[in-house]
Amino acid sequence: MSWLLAFEVPYWGQSVFRVLGGLVAVLLPAGTIVYVFLFKMMSFMQSRLGPMEAGPYGSLQLVAEVGKWLQKEDIVPANADRKIFKMAPVVVLLSTFLLVAVVPFGPDAWFTNFETGIFYALAVSSVSVLGILMAGWASANKYSLLGGLRAAGQLIAYELPMVLAVIGVVIQAGTMNLQEIVVAQNAGSIFGFDGLGNPYIITQFVGFVVFMIAIQAELTQTPFDMPIAESELVSGYMTEYSGFRFLIFFIGEFATAGVFAMIASTLFLGGWGVPFAWFGWESVDQVDNWMNFAGPVIVITKMMLITFLVMWARFSYPRFREDQLQRFAWKVLIPISLVNIMVTAVFKVAL
Amino acid sequence: MVAQNIGFGIIALMMVVGALRVVTTTNVVHAALWLVVVLSGGAAQYVLLGAEFIAITQVLVYVGAVMVLFLFGIMLTRTRIGREGGLNNPHWKWGIPVALLTLAATVLTLVSSFGGEKLPEDAAPISTQAVSDQIFGPYLLPFWALSFVLLAAVIGAIVLARKD
Repeated sequence: MSWLLAFEVPYWGQSVFRVLGGLVAVLLPAGTIVYVFLFKMMSFMQSRLGPMEAGPYGSLQLVAEVGKWLQKEDIVPANADRKIFKMAPVVVLLSTFLLVAVVPFGPDAWFTNFETGIFYALAVSSVSVLGILMAGWASANKYSLLGGLRAAGQLIAYELPMVLAVIGVVIQAGTMNLQEIVVAQNAGSIFGFDGLGNPYIITQFVGFVVFMIAIQAELTQTPFDMPIAESELVSGYMTEYSGFRFLIFFIGEFATAGVFAMIASTLFLGGWGVPFAWFGWESVDQVDNWMNFAGPVIVITKMMLITFLVMWARFSYPRFREDQLQRFAWKVLIPISLVNIMVTAVFKVAL
Repeated sequence: MVAQNIGFGIIALMMVVGALRVVTTTNVVHAALWLVVVLSGGAAQYVLLGAEFIAITQVLVYVGAVMVLFLFGIMLTRTRIGREGGLNNPHWKWGIPVALLTLAATVLTLVSSFGGEKLPEDAAPISTQAVSDQIFGPYLLPFWALSFVLLAAVIGAIVLARKD
C-alpha cells in the first residue's frame, strides 16, 4: 500500500476526492438500506418475497424506481411559493451531506477532523428541520402544513435527549472529536482485559438506548412517523412533491438513516477500529495503513447492524399519538439521560 | 490580501443583503428565512476567526432552535402565501436613528478596545477546552447570572402559560 500513500495529491485533488467520497458515503448506504431492509427484510417479515422481477432477486429494482421517478413531471402546485417549494428538498439533503463530513472511516480516512466533531454533527442535523418546515409551508396544502408542524414539534422534542445521551460518551472519552472517541474505545480495556477494547455500548448502555430511540424519532421512522402519517395526512410535508424532488426527499430519509447509524456506531460500537490489542498497537499513529481500507468496510458493517435495529422497530410497532410522543420525550427520555450524565460524571471523577 | 479577507467580504456582503431583505420583504416567512441566511453567515464568520465551538453553537442555537421556533410560531398563526400588506409598524422610521446609534456604539467599543490587534495568519483554531476554561474560570460569575436569567424566563413562561 505504500506506493499509494507516497503519491502526493494537490489540495484541489484532495477536495475532489472528498466530494466524490462524500457522494459515495451518502448514496451507497442509502441504496443498500432501501434494498436490503425496505424491499427485502420488510417483505420477509410479512411472508412475501418483495420485488423479484428486476435483476436477480430484484436487486435492480432500485435502478428501475429511480428511472421511473426521474421521468415523472416536476409538478408545482398553482398556489405554492415556487422558490421555497423547490429549495426545501435541497436543504434536507444538504444537512445529510454536512453530517457525513465528520464521520471517520479510518486512521487517515476522514473528510474533516473537527475538534468538536460530534457537537457539529448534532448542530447540522437540526438544519433538516428547516427544510421540512419550508416544504410543509410552501406547498400551500393543509395536510402538508400539519405534517411540517408535527415534524418540527417532534424533532425539537427528540433533539434534546439525543444531545444529552451523547454527553455521557463525551464525558467518558474526554473529547468531542469523533476520531479520538474511536481511539479511546479501541485502545481501552475492561478491568484490564483488552481483547474487546472498551466499546461504550457496555458502559453507556442507557445512553445507547436513549440515542437509538431519539434517532428513530429524528428520522421519523415508524413508531414516530406522525409527520407523514399516511392514514391521516396523505404523506405529510411530502404530499405535493413529485418526480425527482420526491426522490430527493426519499434519498434524504434513508441516507440520513445511514449517516446517523454511522455516527451511532462511531459513538457506541468503536467505529472503524478493531481492538488495538489484537495487533499490539498503542495509539492511532501506530495503526497500520491497511486499516484505511478495512475501516470503511467495518463502519458499513456496523452501520448495517444499527440500521437493522432501526428498521426492525419500524416494521414492528404501531404509531405513537401526539401527546404520548411528547410525554415520552420530556418525561421519560430526558430525565433518564440526565441521570445517566450525573452517574457518568461521578464515575469519571471517582475512578 | 489573504484568502480569509476575500471570504470575509463575500460572507459579509451576503449577510448585509440578507439583513436588508429581512426588513424589506413582504412575507413574514420569507423574512424569517432571510434571517436564517444572516445567522448562518455569522457562524461562517466565526469559522474564519478560528472559533469553531462558537460557530457550531451559533448554528445549533440560532439556526436549529430559535429560527425553527420562529417559523413554527409563524406557521401556526399566519400561514398566508404571497405578498402581505400592513406588515410595517407605523413608527418604523424611529428605528433608523436607534439602529445607527447602536451601530456607532458597537463600532466605537470594538475599535477602541481591539482596533490595534491582529489575528496571526496561521492561527490554530481556538480549542473547546480553552473556551470552557474561560467560562468556568474568570467568567464564572456572569455565567451564573445568565443561568439565573434563563431560569427566571422559564418560570415566567410557565406562570404565563398556566391558567389555574
